[in-house]
Amino acid sequence: MPAFIISRILQALPVMLAVALISFAMFAYVGDPVAIMLGQDYTQAQRDALVRDLGLDQPFFVQFGRFVVNALQGEFGLSYRLSRPVLDLIVERAPATLELALTAAFLALLVGVPMGIYTGLYRNSWLSRFFLTFSLIGVSLPTFLIGILLILTFSVWLGWLPSFGRGETVRLGWWSTGYLTWGGIKALILPSITLGLFQMTLIMRLVRAEMLEVLRTDYIKFARARGLTNRAVHFGHALKNTLVPVITITGLQLGAIIAFAIVTETVFQWPGMGLLFIQSVGAADIPVMAAYLLLIAALFVTINLIVDLLYFAVDPRLRIGGGKGH
Amino acid sequence: MSNTRPLLEVRNLRVEFPTRRGTLVALDDVSFDIHPGEVLGVVGESGAGKSMTGAAIIGLLEPPGRIAGGTISLAGRRIDNLPYKEMRTVRGREIGAIFQDPLTTLNPLYTVGRQLVETMTTHLPIGPGEARKKAIEWLELVGIPAAAQRIDSYPHEFSGGMRQRVVIALALCAEPKLIVADEPTTALDVSIQAQVIALLKTLAREKGTSMMLVTHDMGVIAETADRVAVMYAGRIAEIGAVRNVVKHPSHPYTIGLMGSIPPISHRLERLQQIEGSMPRLSAIPKGCAYNPRCPHVFDRCRSERPELIPARDTQAACWLYDPASGTQAAEVRADA
Repeated sequence: MPAFIISRILQALPVMLAVALISFAMFAYVGDPVAIMLGQDYTQAQRDALVRDLGLDQPFFVQFGRFVVNALQGEFGLSYRLSRPVLDLIVERAPATLELALTAAFLALLVGVPMGIYTGLYRNSWLSRFFLTFSLIGVSLPTFLIGILLILTFSVWLGWLPSFGRGETVRLGWWSTGYLTWGGIKALILPSITLGLFQMTLIMRLVRAEMLEVLRTDYIKFARARGLTNRAVHFGHALKNTLVPVITITGLQLGAIIAFAIVTETVFQWPGMGLLFIQSVGAADIPVMAAYLLLIAALFVTINLIVDLLYFAVDPRLRIGGGKGH
Repeated sequence: MSNTRPLLEVRNLRVEFPTRRGTLVALDDVSFDIHPGEVLGVVGESGAGKSMTGAAIIGLLEPPGRIAGGTISLAGRRIDNLPYKEMRTVRGREIGAIFQDPLTTLNPLYTVGRQLVETMTTHLPIGPGEARKKAIEWLELVGIPAAAQRIDSYPHEFSGGMRQRVVIALALCAEPKLIVADEPTTALDVSIQAQVIALLKTLAREKGTSMMLVTHDMGVIAETADRVAVMYAGRIAEIGAVRNVVKHPSHPYTIGLMGSIPPISHRLERLQQIEGSMPRLSAIPKGCAYNPRCPHVFDRCRSERPELIPARDTQAACWLYDPASGTQAAEVRADA
């Protein structure tokens, strides 16, 4: 097991380096940082001095090496737009995005899995047909439209829920949470539905397909032939066997939720990393964009590792050498 | 044996599959009994309806297949029309089932112990602790070495033969009166087949369990069964005591089937084979389904469908043995 974890981490290294290279390349090819820092009026001598100070006259790989070493220490430089350390900006915004993403993912699982089981078991009931039609809407409507429709309904017409922002937050150390106040929770509802709807329908369709597949297997037929209760057959034998693909997709989708919270955060003016990123793109704020890119890559790699470890927990066939009895 | 009340009575069983192109009749007018403690072998080619009969008895026909007529009674009680929930208490508890492929029959994510325990606690008035003790006993009984340790192993940690032993333990652990074994040795190595059959036979005898043994292996039937039913195109072609069916078959199909088994006593140039193949369900010929392949076919076979009638030592669905068929049949009978 530890060997497996180490090998996965080693595999992740080239991925992270490649992403680092791309982030780093943005500095060189998207705009001229020296020009941005010097402003309108400068002499050639001033420019040369700044280039030397910043180390930009050194070979590409020396610069890249320094970038990687700095990044490992959490040093991504100053935001061009806000003139504050990039790391501070991200740490400030991360709780908002993470809370939104986790709520959305939780919602997607909590609703998507039971709906998938139901539609898998009762393929032809009218409720199943309704869920499937409904899921088509979830899959095909663009996120921003869903967000706007929800705001229109629940904020403008009904006036039940806030249309933007995080509401009141409580600080726990450096983490600011919206879970502890009523206003914070109310503010979470619409954005997390918007963000989670697509994942929810995806999970539902996945669980349904897997259930249909598993219910056809011999071991389910044998479980029925042994006279086990429907409950034991469906929620024990069948559901457990659908879990491996569901865990994979949910894991990857959690990464996607965090990375693509951008649209939802924009619609709801949610003060998270996505909104920070989109504002940085508008201002060509390259340090922030580079750091965001690296952070998301690291997130995906970490989630993948966790997903791989969960397989071991679910499927005994993967625990090679760990078997008892041989 | 025949003077006791049959344990299982199947009467005029008809199974249909509604399809887009019309209704297919998979089983037609199938009737037979299984007496307490008796082993009934069911043989036939693939698609003859052997497994379908077993599935109908345990109430697990693959949809859209359904019982369209006839009755199935277990110990005098009709079970073919029970609601799903009631049938559930029959399955496992009164009728055990063994499937063909032990590699796919066991849930890969549960230990064998857990699968045994859940079966017993579902049907018997015992707690998990006692069930676990009994599970170890069952594993020992079916010949799993070091059962007390292996009980917490997962199915993939067993070989195919060992897994089929586990399946047998699972089928028997709630002490059913009848076992429906659907090709229990087909997926196993030849060297393991004999062991598993011997185990099944011994356990069934010890527990007084009746068995319906579906197979296409006449050797297994000859060794294990008391009586044998030969199926062809969804009907029973011949049924009788195993030695009579094997040694003195009456139905031309059974005669052909026995001719296709290589005798060990002397070398044959070539195995006999039955010309042609079994008809598809959508194209079963009028009259006797076997008539296009039958070497003794005569006019009546092409128009009227034969029922099971006494024929020499067995019962056969063949006009040759109906006195009303007249002289032609008598001549053929004399030749055959």
